[in-house]
Amino acid sequence: MENVPSAAASAEKIDVAYVAHLARIALNPGEQALFQEQLEHILDHVRKLNELNVDGIEPMAHAIPVKNRFRDDVPTPGLDHDDVMANAPESRHEQFFVPRILE
Amino acid sequence: MRRRAATNSFLSLEFWSNMAELHQLTLVETLDALARGDCSAEDVARRYLERIAATDSAIGAFLELDPEQVLADARAADAKRRRGEGGRLLGAPIAMKDVLNVKGASCTCGSKILRGYRAPYDATAVARLRAEGAVIMGRLNMDEFAMGSSNENSAYHPVRNPYDLSKVPGGSSGGSAASVAADQIAASLGTDTGGSIRQPASFCGCVGVKPSYGRVSRYGLTAFASSLDQIGPLTKDVADAALLTEILSGFDPADSTSVPAPAPELRANRDQGLAGMTLGLPREYFQGGMDPEVEQRVREAVEVCRSLGAEIMEISLPHTEYAIATYYIIATAEASANLARFDGVRYGARQPGADPIAMYEATRSAGFGNEVKRRIILGTYVLSSGYYDAYYLRAQKVRALIRRDFDQAFQHCQAILTPATPSAAFGFGEKTGDPLQMYLSDIYTVTTNLAGICGMSLPCGFTAGNLPVGLQILGPAFREEHIFRVAYAYEQATRWRAKRPPLAVAEAGRAAS
Repeated sequence: MENVPSAAASAEKIDVAYVAHLARIALNPGEQALFQEQLEHILDHVRKLNELNVDGIEPMAHAIPVKNRFRDDVPTPGLDHDDVMANAPESRHEQFFVPRILE
Repeated sequence: MRRRAATNSFLSLEFWSNMAELHQLTLVETLDALARGDCSAEDVARRYLERIAATDSAIGAFLELDPEQVLADARAADAKRRRGEGGRLLGAPIAMKDVLNVKGASCTCGSKILRGYRAPYDATAVARLRAEGAVIMGRLNMDEFAMGSSNENSAYHPVRNPYDLSKVPGGSSGGSAASVAADQIAASLGTDTGGSIRQPASFCGCVGVKPSYGRVSRYGLTAFASSLDQIGPLTKDVADAALLTEILSGFDPADSTSVPAPAPELRANRDQGLAGMTLGLPREYFQGGMDPEVEQRVREAVEVCRSLGAEIMEISLPHTEYAIATYYIIATAEASANLARFDGVRYGARQPGADPIAMYEATRSAGFGNEVKRRIILGTYVLSSGYYDAYYLRAQKVRALIRRDFDQAFQHCQAILTPATPSAAFGFGEKTGDPLQMYLSDIYTVTTNLAGICGMSLPCGFTAGNLPVGLQILGPAFREEHIFRVAYAYEQATRWRAKRPPLAVAEAGRAAS
């Protein structure tokens, strides 16, 4: 159904299991098969953009020109420590507690 | 109800036989009634609480509601009024989409992963309403992380369309639209990343505004796609939307993408009419794929605008057919980065794992629903090494072409008229099996966000099956006054709010409308 893909975006199949791992999402075999089919279908549509010649077009990352905006270096109060820590799934000694990172 | 005595003309017989009940008043009418002393903020809050209690088992718009807090805030507003203190929204109840942080309230974003979270601060939009005296009332249901067009992606429960309970309310701000349409609240806030205010407003027959990108601070809005997200009001009529848009607008040091431009003066446009205005009809938006009844209602609306003095001209937005592909690359790419923060470390529901990666994977797999997972995976893919240029960079270039289309069109017209959606509200389960079909239904709304311009949906009649149809009005960036001028004139000429068919939710023993 699609136009011939350009060299840039070939119709190479998405490796859903690998990309899901990059995104830190574990999929069961059923989800993996479902997403594989659905994402290929969506990517088929998305490749429609290859029809356009975009040579020389400046990519638009934002709707308005965004520049660094500096404020005066004046301390302002932050969020209340207890309010923030109240949301922690696990905390000890007023700090976030996570599984061991270093062996 | 407590009422001011004697001198008040609103105690006349005519008043009591014609006056709508408190929950049927618009926001501005409510504020007028409060200012006159016809009722107290507590009366208004109680009426809405009763209305929600009687109707929300059918509608499902609310995820959380704290009646004691609402009544306490309403009484505080009444006390302020007695002290002679003001506020442009003093005592008016307004509900928030569950993606806007309200200090002390939950903010689940419609997701299981944020179950139990309590916001430690107010979003700037919420703070601005509070500063004007609004009573913040309840958390509104939504598609999980604002991803969806039917509210079927809520992790909690569906929202039903008040005009037909077998139809979806639209999404992602489905609860925001349904609650206003069902007179459960005077007004609500929603968010719009690709149509999430305008599409549900269209499906539920209310007014929904997506301000220009940068107009309203996003601080305290849980981000979906940061270059596209905007907060805006859903209301019962245009005057309410104008008031809230004025109040929400303005620079906020906490959001470096908010623009230091003065808030627009929108209510000044009320009686300007359309003489001398040129309105564009984009050829590409009327090229098939649209339900014939929707097209008919929109073309009738165009004729009303012409009869009010507007000049109507055909325009072209040639890259429209690439908008959905562009949107679903850019929005998912940004979402994959924004939603990386939900890892079970600082907030939300953690699932155990032997090491951090196992913990992240277990937490995210259990906490996110399928649509969110799908979009994060797609966004990760289009940003990944080897595919970035082919997908993400190319989409950013096409985005520039879409913006250029609008820049060129607005050289010839001051506003653009289109349908808000290709069809009226659809049935539950009709599009859930095929994500691409659901995405394609956003065709008329996503271009606004990609270009950063402003847009609105307002009621323009009903289908034969009594489902609302929305007229979309688009204006140049930071020219909200253009779309409000059209909306005011059109609304005054048509008065769909008075002509609306009965809602599918009446309170037992009370008149519906």
